[in-house]
Amino acid sequence: MAATVIETPSKPKQKARDWTKPAAMAIPKEGYFTQKNGRYGPIYPRTPACYGFTIIAKIKPGREDTIRAYGNTIEKAIEDIPDALATLKLHYLRWVLFDIGKDTYFMYQGIFDTDFDKYTEDAVALFKSLGVNTVFENLEDFPEDWKTNAPAFVKFVREHQCPSFLEYGEYPYVTADEIKKALQLKAKFSEMLDLMQ
Amino acid sequence: MGQSGATTTMAIYTPPIPKNAAREPAKTDAARLEFEDTQHFLIHRSPALAARYEFLTFREPSAGRDWLRAMTEKVTTAAAVRSGKLDARWVTVALSWNGMRALGLDDHSLESFPEEFRQGMAARAEILGLTGANHPEHWRGGLAGADLHAIVILFARDVPERERCRIEHANFLSQCAGVEVLSSLDLEAIPPFDYAHEHFGYRDRLSQPVIEGIGEEPMPGSGPALKAGEFFLGYPDEEGLTTEAPKPITLSRNGSYLAYLMMEEHVGVFRDFLREHGETQEEQELVAAKLMGRWRSGAPLVLTPEKDDPNLAGDYQRTNDFDFGKMDPYGYACPLGSHIRRMNPRDTAANMNRRKMIRRGGTYGPPLPEGVPEDGRERGIAAFVGCASLVRQFEFAMNVWTNDPNFHELGNERDPIFGTQDGTFDMTIPKRPIRKKIKGLPAFTTIRGGAYFFLPGINALRYLASLANGS
Repeated sequence: MAATVIETPSKPKQKARDWTKPAAMAIPKEGYFTQKNGRYGPIYPRTPACYGFTIIAKIKPGREDTIRAYGNTIEKAIEDIPDALATLKLHYLRWVLFDIGKDTYFMYQGIFDTDFDKYTEDAVALFKSLGVNTVFENLEDFPEDWKTNAPAFVKFVREHQCPSFLEYGEYPYVTADEIKKALQLKAKFSEMLDLMQ
Repeated sequence: MGQSGATTTMAIYTPPIPKNAAREPAKTDAARLEFEDTQHFLIHRSPALAARYEFLTFREPSAGRDWLRAMTEKVTTAAAVRSGKLDARWVTVALSWNGMRALGLDDHSLESFPEEFRQGMAARAEILGLTGANHPEHWRGGLAGADLHAIVILFARDVPERERCRIEHANFLSQCAGVEVLSSLDLEAIPPFDYAHEHFGYRDRLSQPVIEGIGEEPMPGSGPALKAGEFFLGYPDEEGLTTEAPKPITLSRNGSYLAYLMMEEHVGVFRDFLREHGETQEEQELVAAKLMGRWRSGAPLVLTPEKDDPNLAGDYQRTNDFDFGKMDPYGYACPLGSHIRRMNPRDTAANMNRRKMIRRGGTYGPPLPEGVPEDGRERGIAAFVGCASLVRQFEFAMNVWTNDPNFHELGNERDPIFGTQDGTFDMTIPKRPIRKKIKGLPAFTTIRGGAYFFLPGINALRYLASLANGS
């Protein structure tokens, strides 16, 4: 369009985030610096390691193998539909089972690029469609009526969230999309150089 | 203008009720909408050219119930509209959570309503992005206070009919000691009357969801009709499930939630902005189109990116028949941050069918003719969003689509028209070879008030009107 760019000064919302400079962030016990609420409660800050959560919950006795089997289910689902989890804007997921005394605990750690509060319902819908949600049914205190009671599901997740007290990023604040774009650009550039020979 | 008594204006244009609506065969399944027990408000748009909203408080529970009992008989049901009988006025009554408490609803029932509704819109302003000039501390008309208990929404065929109803209701209220009007807002259609538009000149109501079972056909590109449970409590929703509803069922059945927003439109600021960014009329129209994602005529940029096509705007077979992900992935036609791309991301968002809402309302205040300088009079839109879940539908749209600066990874942008703007956010207009960025967008709009209401079914209104003190 012919409109000229008018450089009206705008106040920067935050300091420019420099991905070339590794950064660490110590986080208060609550998981946030100042309480700011999203639709479902306090929202957690974006750190040099992006957004994320660590959910830890005790599993129901005898359910360890059932939970482990979900590993294969998810692997297969992603093989079939590689972008099945695209909505979540994930970098990484880690699922861990570990024992404390006689009890076994499930740890679900995710690192992603969106404030989880914003896309809670999308995540729940996705979990349902992939059958991930049913993993939670093997956890103690998971609400039986979660299918029709979204707030109860959200409450469970929030109550079992253990905020980090330190997060670190070697290339801080970079989104998965930016990383993929950079790798694409690198590939296209290599291709361009090949074509120039 | 004002919340109280001033003459105001609206554009209430209404498509006719579908011809087959009254003839649709009755179904007996559980998902069939109970039109006789449902207020018409979210089911059929009335062909109104004037309106009035009255915001009420109940000083005495019994007075509130007496008022409600009488008003219930005046409420226009969906069945009445569907009967095809032409009417001159359409009445809707809705209550805040505090209003139901003031009528004497018991604590068990009150606690069974969702948290966001119990808290009310003012308490959730920051979640919605309503900060700065949009914050409830600046709201007028008593909307942010705990004594806002009820709203009566009157749509009238014309101004004389609205005035007749206004006087009739005022006379009735004069007999209801203990029920008081906190504030009111009059609305009237602004010319030209042949299509709905707001004060900036944008054509409105081009993309509205259709509810399954009411006999309307969705426009091409709008997706299939949606399950009633997306809008009415007690019905299966798009996930095929019936969500937990407030107790007792009599109270929640056929009910919906309404989010009300009164939004001033700063027409002078808007026109100055267009002039600043476009030298010719054509350039200014393109700037206006880039902000909205449609030309002011309503023609979508995705389908006609270079120049306006007014015929396309009014052609319901074509005007919605587009997507973003495949047809305009980078936003070269319709910017990623434009209003329509935020309010209805179509194929670029997940679970769109769980985020749809029904809009009702119109414009208030006198139109500002083209070429006339800003006159300092207030004008804007006063509208309702209807849905089955405020937190999942309305609050998501406000929190993420409207006011999340990082929507579509834009980084520092909000909805250019509807978002909370304070001169510190930008607008990116993708363009080859290099995008254009407008820095420091001014606020074209300011939220002047808002509230959450429960829109009960008819039996629910009767139930509330028959409560005993302390029941």
